[in-house]
Amino acid sequence: MKYVQIENVQMVFDTRSGRYIALQDINLSINQGEFVSIIGHSGCGKSTLLNLVAGLIDVTGGVLLCAGREIAGPGPDRAVVFQNHSLLPWLTCADNVYLAVERVFGGKESKAALKRRVAEALELVGLSHAAHKLPQEISGGMKQRVGIARALSMQPDVLLLDEPFGALDALTRATLQDSLMEIHAGLRNTVIMVTHDVDEAVLLSDRIVMMTNGPAATVGEVLDIGLRRPRNRVDLANNVDYNRYRSEVLKFLYERQKRQVA
Amino acid sequence: MTVVAMKNVPDTSRPVGSAPVKTAVIIPPVEAPPPRRVSRIEAASQRFGRVLLPPLIGLALFVLVWALLANSSSGLPGPVKTWQSAVEVFSDPFYDNGPNDKGIGWNILSSLERVGIGFGLAALIGIPLGFVIGRVTFINGMLSPIISLLRPVSPLAWLPIGLLVFKQADPAAIWVIFISSIWPMIINTAVGVGKIPQDYLNVARVLNLSEWKILTKILLPATMPYVMTGVRLSIGVAWLVIVAAEMLTGGVGLGFWVWDEWNNLNVEHIIIAIFVVGVIGLLLEQMLMLLARRFNY
Repeated sequence: MKYVQIENVQMVFDTRSGRYIALQDINLSINQGEFVSIIGHSGCGKSTLLNLVAGLIDVTGGVLLCAGREIAGPGPDRAVVFQNHSLLPWLTCADNVYLAVERVFGGKESKAALKRRVAEALELVGLSHAAHKLPQEISGGMKQRVGIARALSMQPDVLLLDEPFGALDALTRATLQDSLMEIHAGLRNTVIMVTHDVDEAVLLSDRIVMMTNGPAATVGEVLDIGLRRPRNRVDLANNVDYNRYRSEVLKFLYERQKRQVA
Repeated sequence: MTVVAMKNVPDTSRPVGSAPVKTAVIIPPVEAPPPRRVSRIEAASQRFGRVLLPPLIGLALFVLVWALLANSSSGLPGPVKTWQSAVEVFSDPFYDNGPNDKGIGWNILSSLERVGIGFGLAALIGIPLGFVIGRVTFINGMLSPIISLLRPVSPLAWLPIGLLVFKQADPAAIWVIFISSIWPMIINTAVGVGKIPQDYLNVARVLNLSEWKILTKILLPATMPYVMTGVRLSIGVAWLVIVAAEMLTGGVGLGFWVWDEWNNLNVEHIIIAIFVVGVIGLLLEQMLMLLARRFNY
């Protein structure tokens, strides 16, 4: 079932040096429960595409649909995890999550029920012990976990991840990728993730959307990842299929869409 | 201590049991030198030298220059004379011999009261106004020329307007404090609202927060450091202006006291007043610094 539909989307920015066509002729359908990665060189507009789905910017051409309805602005059905976690530094981890929970469920649930949702969300990312800490008191990986907990606590239909692990070290990133796979296996929600990490994309995704370079970037190729779940990064290291998928993405990025060195 | 070379054991500190020792040599454990015990007296004296000594020397030099100047001039009282006079003034700070002769305590309290009221009103109006200006571009466009025009006006230029409107000296002085201390709070709050990171506002949009939640959970805490800077600048200005305003309006207060003692040619008291104004200004500033630290994220 097609859940998120992106049809003939075009995005034009008015800049000081004139019109800049960031995205053109983007067509993409994403099924419910599917994990889709968008990969491309920096500046190809992959974050712009995610922001369009999030409703943070308004599209200039074409249509974006979510659950059959046009996307006209941000909504709690589409939660975003930002690259830089974007936690409010004056609120504890629990309060940061509570802000989201309260907005979505505050009208119909008691305060105790809301608190329980916060606790559950933090437990899901393994951070129950840090609930009452301020963001500055925890590590970068933990902050990103809280960001994910905040997004998941809203029980969104679609989870939008904007380079969620880009700012983390390799070991922390691997741990969080594993957690994300577990969470996705459990909740089966639709995930759209922007990344520039080929291994991350192959490991996590059902499909990888490869974008051409901007300006006027569009979907270059779409690669179905047929690896069985649950996936294990150590086992996959010597898997023939895994390496084939990986090299296909690499070939797209570094041969067909080779970036001009400035 | 004897160290026998071991060709295949580069790390001599390795525990003997785990090392592939070929030539059986037991190295006696290296005795760590006893940690140099820095006595507490020594540490305290070091801190004294670094932190307290420079200001003390500065103050001593200041008093010395003052004494030399006083010595060579006829009117200016020296440090000793002023000190004796200060002891006298502060030994009975709350006497009351009618409206024109009150103790220094009353004068300080009246000045603080005027500053408190004027500054408080300015904060009450200035901070919310700053929020509105920072949040609504249209109102910003409306008010910013007026603010730019009125802000550089000398505080005392407002006094006649106050006297005209309020017909009384006391509200006029408060008015001057109000109008001169409101600008830093308006401007800093507005700048703070404009400088809120886009990330936080994106969070607000993604979570679909209500305007009230945006205000209390994002705008207020995020702008607090800027607001506190504005408050600090404002109270500095208010305290700066109060002496001048009270000189002109009379009544009870440090400014009036200075003027009164000038008429009595009691220069020691004027110098005492200068120190009192300085010390109170410093204390106000320090208090607000402590308060501002509470809002640093």
